[in-house]
Amino acid sequence: MPGLEDLYREIILDHYRTPRNRGELETPPAHMAEGHNPLCGDEITIYAQVENGILTDIKVSGQGCSISQSSASMMSQAVKGKSLAEVQALVHRFKVMMSIAEDPEDGPLVEVKLGDLEALQGVVKFPVRIKCAVLSWNTLLQALQEADI
Amino acid sequence: MNTNLVDWAAVKADFPVLQRIIDDQRLVYLDSANTSQKPHAVIDAMADFMRNGYSPISRSAYQLAAEATDLFEAARAKIQKFINAPHVEEIIFTKNATEALNLIAQTWGRENLHTGDIVVLTHMEHHANIVPWQMLAAERNLEIRWIPLTSDGQLDLTNLSSLLTGAKVLSFTAMSNVLGTLTPVAQLCQAAHAAGALAIVDACQYVPHNVTDVQAWGADFAWFSSHKMVGPSGVGVLWGRRELLHAMPPFLGGGNMIGDVRLDGFTCAELPSKFEAGTPAIVEVIGLGAAVDYLSKIGMAHVRQHEMNLTDYALRTLDDRYGTDICIHGPRDIAVRGAVLSFAFRGIHPHDLSQVLDQKNVCIRAGHHCAKPLMKLLGANATARASFYLYNDESDADALADALDSASDIFGL
Repeated sequence: MPGLEDLYREIILDHYRTPRNRGELETPPAHMAEGHNPLCGDEITIYAQVENGILTDIKVSGQGCSISQSSASMMSQAVKGKSLAEVQALVHRFKVMMSIAEDPEDGPLVEVKLGDLEALQGVVKFPVRIKCAVLSWNTLLQALQEADI
Repeated sequence: MNTNLVDWAAVKADFPVLQRIIDDQRLVYLDSANTSQKPHAVIDAMADFMRNGYSPISRSAYQLAAEATDLFEAARAKIQKFINAPHVEEIIFTKNATEALNLIAQTWGRENLHTGDIVVLTHMEHHANIVPWQMLAAERNLEIRWIPLTSDGQLDLTNLSSLLTGAKVLSFTAMSNVLGTLTPVAQLCQAAHAAGALAIVDACQYVPHNVTDVQAWGADFAWFSSHKMVGPSGVGVLWGRRELLHAMPPFLGGGNMIGDVRLDGFTCAELPSKFEAGTPAIVEVIGLGAAVDYLSKIGMAHVRQHEMNLTDYALRTLDDRYGTDICIHGPRDIAVRGAVLSFAFRGIHPHDLSQVLDQKNVCIRAGHHCAKPLMKLLGANATARASFYLYNDESDADALADALDSASDIFGL
């Protein structure tokens, strides 16, 4: 059995205890999507403000476990201020780390830096929790898709 | 009742998986409300049948097939006796309990429920007793009414008669899979009938843990699963009153369920074949028969008493140790609750809690338990749930209490 220290890294617990970018944005102009984890009932809402192809602001609300909440918090920090193309690349990079997307051998993805998000790598050893970690990322994509951007 | 008549340590030893050691720790299985472990008797009966007796049933003349048919039908008779059903042909094998309720909704329901008709459910139902009715309600424009709960998680029957006024169906659980609450089944069946409604009982959590008597209940239908009562997965049981089953149209069409098939149509077989289209789960039904034998030998009254003692012990242990840090849902009176403990602990998310407990090989369920409307009522997305069965003992409750401590360490609470 993999050790819990692989899962509950200090930075993850820090984001769980003190989540960044919590709250809501006015819709419109912001775009909003709700994500559900049908396995555990966790719910997350992502608000995304997009101006001139830049994700200028993001807020997260909802409830969930330490993994889903910390992942959402770290994601919000990582994507804020990025271009939509960079956001897409980051989402893909994250999914590759979570072993649910193919990793192209060459290409722009290699250049994408995950930073603190690397701390979530240990989640892969706990396959049941991958859905928790990815919930906010899929919800962000949904918000951007529904905005038809 | 003297539960000392049963050697509970020997019962525990009957379940091979509970002897398993993972990372130098024994397995503490507290997820039996989800699905139960299997004793040697069930495993051996299934393996023996596959090794020495496997054959089709009901349709071949050779001796092997005759033996298999006898074993299969013996299981049906065992179930009949186990729940005190009046007639053996009233026992229908389905693929699981969920299919049993869908069968009722799709056959009796579609035949008898029309625009504006009323179905009464309760706030503590499993999705299996909600969604099939919602599907039918959408198709037939039915009204669904809900019996509310009291603050301690029992059914609030204050307005029962007005809720039942004009209702065609009262469909409810005999025991909540989240709160552990035992409902007054006979009283509810009587009230349903007084209002001219049918009484349908979700007995999934009840049958594995209690003496069941569908005639004493006065129910019209009851349904439950094999896998929660030390039997294999892949089999559910529907019991219904013979007159109702006779009048219902068939469910799935195919082999075994027909009397005759011509180019211009078909006639149905007699009960129970009418509702058992296709090759059934032969091995699993025989395994279920062995499960009924196993439970019957111990005695369901003993099982219930053992679980009451264990529930009492677990409640006291968790309370003594954690006081207000733990919030256990459902009634405190063990006379009206089964051995299912849903709880919140020190604000730690149930998913995280179950992950930490897993390090100690303590297996609990975390989630919404397929009862999202009830979760909403409890003000939670999820709860942690520890559920006990005949193979659990006080040391398992102690292991749960010990493991909770380590969760606090990690989350720094």
